[in-house]
Amino acid sequence: MLRTVLPVVAVLGLVLLASSGQAAAITKLKSLKLNVPTSDTMFPAGPGSDAINNNCIACHSADHVLNQPSLSRGAWQEVVNKMITDYKAPISADDAKAIVDYLVRAKGAS
Amino acid sequence: MQDHDVQPSGLTRRRVLGGMGIASLALMSSPALAQQTVDLHVPGGPSTRIITTSYPQKGRMIVQRSSPPWLETPFEVFDKGVFTPNDQHYVSWHWANFPSDIDVDSFRLAVRGQVNQTLSLSLQDILQGLPRFDIAAVNECAGASRIDAVPRVAGAQWANGAMSNALWTGVRLKDVLERAGVKPGAIQVRFGGLDEPVMPGAPKFLKSLTVDHARDGEVMIAFAMNGEQLPLLNGFPLRLVVPGWCGVYWVKMLNDIEVLDQPDANYWTATGYRVPDTPHNFVKPGETGYKMVPVTRNAPRSFITNIRDGDSVSAGTPASARGIAFGGDCGVARLDLSIDGGKSWQPTQLGDDQGKYGFRQWQTQFTLPARGARALMVRCTNTKNEAQPDFPIWNPAGYLFNTIETTHVVAA
Repeated sequence: MLRTVLPVVAVLGLVLLASSGQAAAITKLKSLKLNVPTSDTMFPAGPGSDAINNNCIACHSADHVLNQPSLSRGAWQEVVNKMITDYKAPISADDAKAIVDYLVRAKGAS
Repeated sequence: MQDHDVQPSGLTRRRVLGGMGIASLALMSSPALAQQTVDLHVPGGPSTRIITTSYPQKGRMIVQRSSPPWLETPFEVFDKGVFTPNDQHYVSWHWANFPSDIDVDSFRLAVRGQVNQTLSLSLQDILQGLPRFDIAAVNECAGASRIDAVPRVAGAQWANGAMSNALWTGVRLKDVLERAGVKPGAIQVRFGGLDEPVMPGAPKFLKSLTVDHARDGEVMIAFAMNGEQLPLLNGFPLRLVVPGWCGVYWVKMLNDIEVLDQPDANYWTATGYRVPDTPHNFVKPGETGYKMVPVTRNAPRSFITNIRDGDSVSAGTPASARGIAFGGDCGVARLDLSIDGGKSWQPTQLGDDQGKYGFRQWQTQFTLPARGARALMVRCTNTKNEAQPDFPIWNPAGYLFNTIETTHVVAA
């Protein structure tokens, strides 16, 4: 059984040495020009989907929300309040209500 | 990055990413609709996440959020070595507005505020003009494993891959501050990067350390990880490395260092990233009347990496277990394994010490005595004699989860 582990340790030792050597050798960094993907995915259509699409995905993609657990109305209200108060999302009172209602329908918990 | 050639006998390794089986088949039969996924096995869901290879300089990553990116390291990576490969080092940004085009000749790092001389350092000044050093250190998000909070809480739903270990190379923050000359009366040092909020008026992402911490000789301005320049998404060209402290302090694309003579009042230092000031930062849901404090140091954690939930292990035959541990803000003193759900513990052998802030590998052998469902657990005790707790850590924002991990197996 030990044989399965020992070779790994040996290889790691080499990697570490190689890394140290290379790190010490870096004398210049190379400019980067890359493309970072964005997402154009919209929220599933339904009552309030216009409000959530118009107000939320400028700062973060929809999967941020869709990957959240089911939460109570109170917890969703807190999330929307935090976006407005702490992160300065310019959301009208009517839209904030529509967004909370949408979230409770889509990702609600009792 | 290849897997081990030799399969430990007595173990039936689940197919790589059990949850991917069907998605992989779909990929082969219908490339146009292909979408690889991973099942994070979270009660209450949503459990499935997309696997991507479409981010620059990044290999296979779990998408927790497309933009700004939250990319999680797939767990099987941690079984392959003590250092996380740069192309699978996890990624987390607060604001979507950061450059993807960085010119190394025009980039400057400012050092300003309560200093005798304001500095504007080029990358050549930093790479050529200051002594450099290496340090192994784990970068772990304060919200790592938030998906395990019960009850669940809002925030990045990280599983166990919001942590990565690298050998960092850079210069001492202390040396840079000395060059500028910190004035008497300075109390904090604040760090900012090239990322900017999308909405006007939103708080720019900034974090601060005390002057003493900033000058401890370990806090690093890193220009390389694992021997290569940083990937863009991990903070190219410079990032702060704060060994032993949560990833939120490791400011990426660092271009501004401001020495303050007043406490930093910005949102991210004064308001965000708060935990209860209680043992293990633990409170009961609904509990009130406790003080909130900023997240600071990492907590000890450990994982079995070669056996996954749902695997079967031969009963009555020796099997091997191995994995990783880290002490938080100090080294690993011991790593114990339990094969009876935490009733009794046996020591394991620790691997080479790469530095007290990095991952420490461990390995051992064990024999499950009889057939049936078994719970394997590992517990790290750090060099400050702090052990992982055996009860589920919970706090309102889901920070600093470090409960002992349990791997459910079937002895067959």
